[in-house]
Amino acid sequence: MSKTVTFRITRGTGEKTELVDYQTEVGEGMVVLDAVHQIQAESAPDLAVRWNCKAGKCGSCSAEVNGMPRLMCMTRLGEINLDEPVTIEPMRTFPLIKDLVTDVSWNYEVKKRIKKMKPRKPDNEDGSWLMDQEDVERPQEFRKCIECFLCQNVCHVLRDHKLHAEFAGPRHFVYAAQLEMNPIDTADRLEDLKGPDGIGYCNITKCCTKVCPEHITITDNAIIPLKERVVDKFYDPIGKLFRVFSSRDS
Amino acid sequence: MGDWDTFDYDVIVIGAGGAGLRAAIESAERGCKTALVCKSLLGKAHTVMAEGGCAAAIGNVDERDNWQTHFADTMRGGQYLNNWRMAEHHAKEAPDRVRELESWGALFDRTKDGRIMQRNFGGHKYPRLAHVGDRTGLEMIRTLQDHAIHQTIEVHMEVTCLKLLKDGERVSGVVAYERERGRFRVFKGKAIVLATGGFGRAFRITSNSWEYTGDGQSMAYHAGAELKDMEFVQFHPTGMVWPPSVRGILVTEGVRGEGGVLRNSEGKRFMFDDIPPLYKHQTADNEEEGFRYTQGDKEARRPPELLTRDHVARKIMKEVREGRASPHGGVFLDIAWIKDRVPGGAEHIKKKLPAMHHQFKELAEVDITEVPMEVGPTTHYAMGGVSVDGDTQMTNVPGLFAAGEVAAGLHGANRLGGNSLSDLLVFGRLAGEHAAKFAGETSSGSVDEADIKQAFADALAPFERESEENAYMIQKELQGKMQDLVGIVRKEDEMKEAIAVIDQLQGRSAKVGVDGNRDYNNGWHTALDLLNLMTVSEAVARSALDRKESRGAHFRDDFPQKEEAEANHNTYIKKGPDGEMQLSRKEKEPLRDELEKIIAEEQK
Ligand SMILES: Cc1cc2nc3c(=O)[nH]c(=O)nc-3n(C[C@H](O)[C@H](O)[C@H](O)COP(=O)(O)OP(=O)(O)OC[C@H]3O[C@@H](n4cnc5c(N)ncnc54)[C@H](O)[C@@H]3O)c2cc1C
Ligand code: SF4
Ligand code: SF4
Ligand code: FES
Repeated sequence: MSKTVTFRITRGTGEKTELVDYQTEVGEGMVVLDAVHQIQAESAPDLAVRWNCKAGKCGSCSAEVNGMPRLMCMTRLGEINLDEPVTIEPMRTFPLIKDLVTDVSWNYEVKKRIKKMKPRKPDNEDGSWLMDQEDVERPQEFRKCIECFLCQNVCHVLRDHKLHAEFAGPRHFVYAAQLEMNPIDTADRLEDLKGPDGIGYCNITKCCTKVCPEHITITDNAIIPLKERVVDKFYDPIGKLFRVFSSRDS
Repeated sequence: MGDWDTFDYDVIVIGAGGAGLRAAIESAERGCKTALVCKSLLGKAHTVMAEGGCAAAIGNVDERDNWQTHFADTMRGGQYLNNWRMAEHHAKEAPDRVRELESWGALFDRTKDGRIMQRNFGGHKYPRLAHVGDRTGLEMIRTLQDHAIHQTIEVHMEVTCLKLLKDGERVSGVVAYERERGRFRVFKGKAIVLATGGFGRAFRITSNSWEYTGDGQSMAYHAGAELKDMEFVQFHPTGMVWPPSVRGILVTEGVRGEGGVLRNSEGKRFMFDDIPPLYKHQTADNEEEGFRYTQGDKEARRPPELLTRDHVARKIMKEVREGRASPHGGVFLDIAWIKDRVPGGAEHIKKKLPAMHHQFKELAEVDITEVPMEVGPTTHYAMGGVSVDGDTQMTNVPGLFAAGEVAAGLHGANRLGGNSLSDLLVFGRLAGEHAAKFAGETSSGSVDEADIKQAFADALAPFERESEENAYMIQKELQGKMQDLVGIVRKEDEMKEAIAVIDQLQGRSAKVGVDGNRDYNNGWHTALDLLNLMTVSEAVARSALDRKESRGAHFRDDFPQKEEAEANHNTYIKKGPDGEMQLSRKEKEPLRDELEKIIAEEQK
């Protein structure tokens, strides 16, 4: 299988972009990122693209391939219609730096404001803890996140409503959930989730879950339980009273 | 050319993989104003790709394990060319470094009684690798990253360091450019820690990313630091071989640790054919015993698939060369067969090796719970690198430190799987500690403006050239030549040819022109990386030519045996006063008696 295919790739910087057509030969087993690299070597040496692992492990190569948010290194050309030009565009929710590269620094800023891990006293003298496999498995699902930010890219709260200032986004709910469900963590992030992180803006459309390349069940397993915890803590008067008493007891 | 931004720090850490992050955390904790500079975004360094696990003699799964055994295993694996001080530090401290990660949020897989789970890996006598499925590197880098962002560390992402600056003998700063707009930066620092990783991009078939162009080794070399053991490049036995575009991508040793076996096209377990004497007493001599070992039977000896990587890689090459290859030129790695032997069958495999299952399914349309994988050797790891003091991680250039894959010493002639992640933690911390101490005891050096201007002029030169030479093509040519001439099997005349070719390519790289402007220009970056790739490639070829024997990862067709006469030295490379590469041999430091005894004891 070898065939000449047209790739229609976004070129340009923030102010000015256009879609440019490139032709290249594609062979068996190639992924979109291979085609981009080939184009870079043959005809567009200054084409900007991020990648590292080429195996779906680092989350660098996020883009929109024929409008679908994907990791370029894990998208086989075999699964795309190659008779039409293949469009490759950058993620739309973040400011463009150049070509396929966007400025994702906002995500790093948001993460910093989420309260860090605060472990309880170690169980053993050597400073270690005892935890059941069953209990670590829940947060482990969220720790599979490779920070590709594809979920942030598709979430309408960010993509359409641009509420970056008031909404942390699915990636960071996954991050917070992982800390909240860590068996030895003692910090409380619920107030922040309700307030500055704006978990209330999420209306459970599940678009984030659909695009996650790590198949993390973002909405059902992370966001909904967090929302429930927030509700329990802030909107449930009986539960609240109970907590006041029990915290006095302890 | 315009100007640059200047920053002033106590400690500059170059590289944000496991080693760099751990060094920066330590330095910041000790009150130093610390910068962390990296070529990619935070969290994307190579460490993220590590799969199998992190070696530490915690003894959770087999209580017989202790630091002495880990030390002896590491030395044996390294064919006794290791820096034994480093091997000792490493074995003693790894358990604490791993436990510390859990206090920062890591969640390793557990044993039944709730402690950190450990798995078998090649060359380790007991199950020793703390892990999270087959995504241990992700767990480690994310834990360190998430801890580091709450410290006062200034992070410079997508900033590439080009050249170290010196004030007399000592290091005083580094010049760099940021990718986004191609602007220049000068970092002044009292101490600098190199944590830039390896140089697998010097070879065609590799598990390494674009970042691995040997920048740290090359910058150190050009600043007068010594490189050591550069002949020892690890070719991992199991990389993907098909489809062509994924050739080289790693298949974790964890597959074999969980019971995966290697077979040739005749269906034969060829690893049983030839077991090296050093390992005979610890290796199973029948398939049943080998399987029992992988399933946790403490009485059983390990299957020959879990012998050291150099040996397994060469055995696979032999099968391929002698016509017993799989359809795409590798051999078969079969984990599906354990389905009938373990509770849970296919689910068990998916649970133990989720990333591998995903990788083969998505990239090769192969279900590893149903059919065998096809695998072959891939360039993986640099044992050699910048020579450092075993107690402080400082190089021979005052104020310049190195830790992680960029540094040499811990692994000797061959690294054991899992010993890298622990290396990053132990020596990242040590380098951070001593860099902080050094910074505390010295005042800032000065940086020479003429040096800076020269470095920036050199970096911009490719824009001025109208040239046919294309950086991508030169890189590709170099990779092909290194693979063919200085790869897994080496010969004198081929290595001589390689040195001549590198010389020629070096000349051509000086003529490379680039298109476009300075904004996020991958072509320009590739052109700038060429100098580093050439430097490390030449160092590898010269060191390999000098070692006239086969040992560890270094295999010579013309000297296929280990030679007593070559057993007692390490190879060093240094930039001579005339600017040419100088090679020297130095005697190994004799082992402390106590350590000698441990090794003798473990041999029994
Ligand atoms: C696929 C794969 C699987 C592996 N599995 C295991 C395993 O299971 N167990 C194990 O122990 N080891 C494993 N290894 C090896 C181990 O992952 C690496 O050796 C280790 O992660 C290297 O870490 P490091 O901190 O030294 O460097 P890296 O993590 O590679 O980080 C290097 C850093 O330096 C930066 N950098 C480089 N050059 C420059 C420059 N010029 N300017 C600025 N920054 C620069 C990069 O941006 C990056 O941040 C594996 C390796 C691979 C490739
Ligand atoms: S489920 Fe919530 S977070 Fe996810 S995409 Fe929809 S609104 Fe956004
Ligand atoms: S949660 Fe999934 S989609 Fe979102 S950043 Fe992480 S890996 Fe990517
Ligand atoms: S390159 Fe790492 S996820 Fe695609």
